Amino acid sequence: MSTLHIDHVSRWFGNVVAVNDVTMTIAPGVTGLLGPNGAGKSTLINMMGGFLAPSNGTVTLDGTTIWRNAASYRHIGIVPEREAMYDFLTGREFVQANAELHGLGRAAAARALATVEMEYAQDRKISTYSKGMRQRVKMASALVHDPSVLLLDEPFNGMDPRQRMQLMELLRQMGDEGRTVLFSSHILEEVEQLASHIEVVVAGRHAASGDFRKIRRLMTDRPHRYLVRSDNDRALAGALIADPSTSGIEVDVTEGALHVQAVDFGRFTELLPRVARDHGIRLLTVSPSDESLESVFSYLVAA
Amino acid sequence: MSTTSPVAPPAPAAAPKAALFHPTVARLTYRALLGRRRALILVALPALLVAIAVIVRALTGADDGTADGILRGFALGTMVPLIGVIAGTGAIGPEIDDGSVVYLLAKPVRRSTIIFTKLLVAIGVTAVFSAIPVLVAGFVLNGNSQQIAVAYAVAAAVASVAYSALFLLLGTLTRHAVVFGLVYALVWEAFVGNVVPGARTLSVQQWALAVGEKVGSEGALNSAVQLPLAVCLLVAVTTVATWYAARRLKALTLAGEE
Repeated sequence: MSTLHIDHVSRWFGNVVAVNDVTMTIAPGVTGLLGPNGAGKSTLINMMGGFLAPSNGTVTLDGTTIWRNAASYRHIGIVPEREAMYDFLTGREFVQANAELHGLGRAAAARALATVEMEYAQDRKISTYSKGMRQRVKMASALVHDPSVLLLDEPFNGMDPRQRMQLMELLRQMGDEGRTVLFSSHILEEVEQLASHIEVVVAGRHAASGDFRKIRRLMTDRPHRYLVRSDNDRALAGALIADPSTSGIEVDVTEGALHVQAVDFGRFTELLPRVARDHGIRLLTVSPSDESLESVFSYLVAA
Repeated sequence: MSTTSPVAPPAPAAAPKAALFHPTVARLTYRALLGRRRALILVALPALLVAIAVIVRALTGADDGTADGILRGFALGTMVPLIGVIAGTGAIGPEIDDGSVVYLLAKPVRRSTIIFTKLLVAIGVTAVFSAIPVLVAGFVLNGNSQQIAVAYAVAAAVASVAYSALFLLLGTLTRHAVVFGLVYALVWEAFVGNVVPGARTLSVQQWALAVGEKVGSEGALNSAVQLPLAVCLLVAVTTVATWYAARRLKALTLAGEE
């Protein structure tokens, strides 16, 4: 069993801060690294994989620094996001080469290919593989030396639902076996389905940490913004602001709409139609104006 | 995917191997080098040299001066550095560029081993695709009179070593290694190295010629550089370039896609 420690790690590229003072511990089991695109997930994974030196802080595996320590690859398996992987080889040749680079032989390669159920296509050139097949062969190459840590950068990108389900099943199994599995994703549902623990990063900062219930609660309990149009905006605004579930309303004259900020999501969704009915107001538009994952993440950072 | 067959290969050994050569790295490198479009250029240039030799021989007959002109001007001055660019940069550049080098780097194999192995493959490929055609062309042109064919073939082999090291380093330094390599090969080696007297001292071609000069009959080949200096410079450039390439690979950072 292995544990990754990221201790006050920052990484900047010139003037751009990609990762800002992040501290987290990745323990055995499946951990999801959740954040919008450009949040610094890949930078973090690259530092955990020893491909990037932290500008500040330390990244260690069971107390040993990973950067410039080739021996750590005996314990780490990496599934990179990028597609390129010696396309002129067959799947079997590729996994076997990876085994040889670990000082292992054909048997290890065959076992890894069996684990990802790629034996049926192992003698085909990688260039002929679908996205899902490539992902599985990448997995096999990462598993060939039975690593205690598995790092996967956006492993579900471009996969169809069936391939996604299969990979999730495999990763869940890896976690149950006591491996430390870390995968990154920008899709909350994906992370929820698989990870027993979630680390959220936004704009290079560590925004939240916990199981999916905690993260989901954080995301639901935030203030919600709505755009509301009715046949009597001012009357509706007056009625809504009287209720504590609403913390602010802006009457947008040019748009002909109300921008409502609700602090109690559940109560507001019941309040709005009731108030409209009681006052004889006809609702024309009700739409959330900040439902993008980015805005949810931004809230988490500010919280 | 299987849910019942956990991966359980034997536990790997404890420390990275100290050997300088790794056969798997070599296999991946030469298959990448010879399997891509660049392999066509590797074949086309030597074929062109031999074709020119055949045509010239047929038209003008055996002549030492003509043989020297073609082997020095086209073979050693242009073809060898070009093949060096293709093999040297191609041995590592594309892997760094497309990110597949991660599969080599994420292994308990020393980065210096990866570089040294790739250098050996690049040298082998450059030497095979340059020294052998030069030898063949030399024999076709003048039947190895004054040892010209052998001398130029040796010079080509010697140049292969230094070019491979230089262009392998270039492959670790920039994504535009081929462009820089071509500029170096065509402007410095083919033009400046032949024409500008002072610059000749800093031309791999002249160093290799100095070695060839020793092999050929007296006065058959001429180099602007004395043999001891040439050998020192060849060794120094090859060693420093290889050392620095290994250093670059050790510190190679793979920035995210973000």
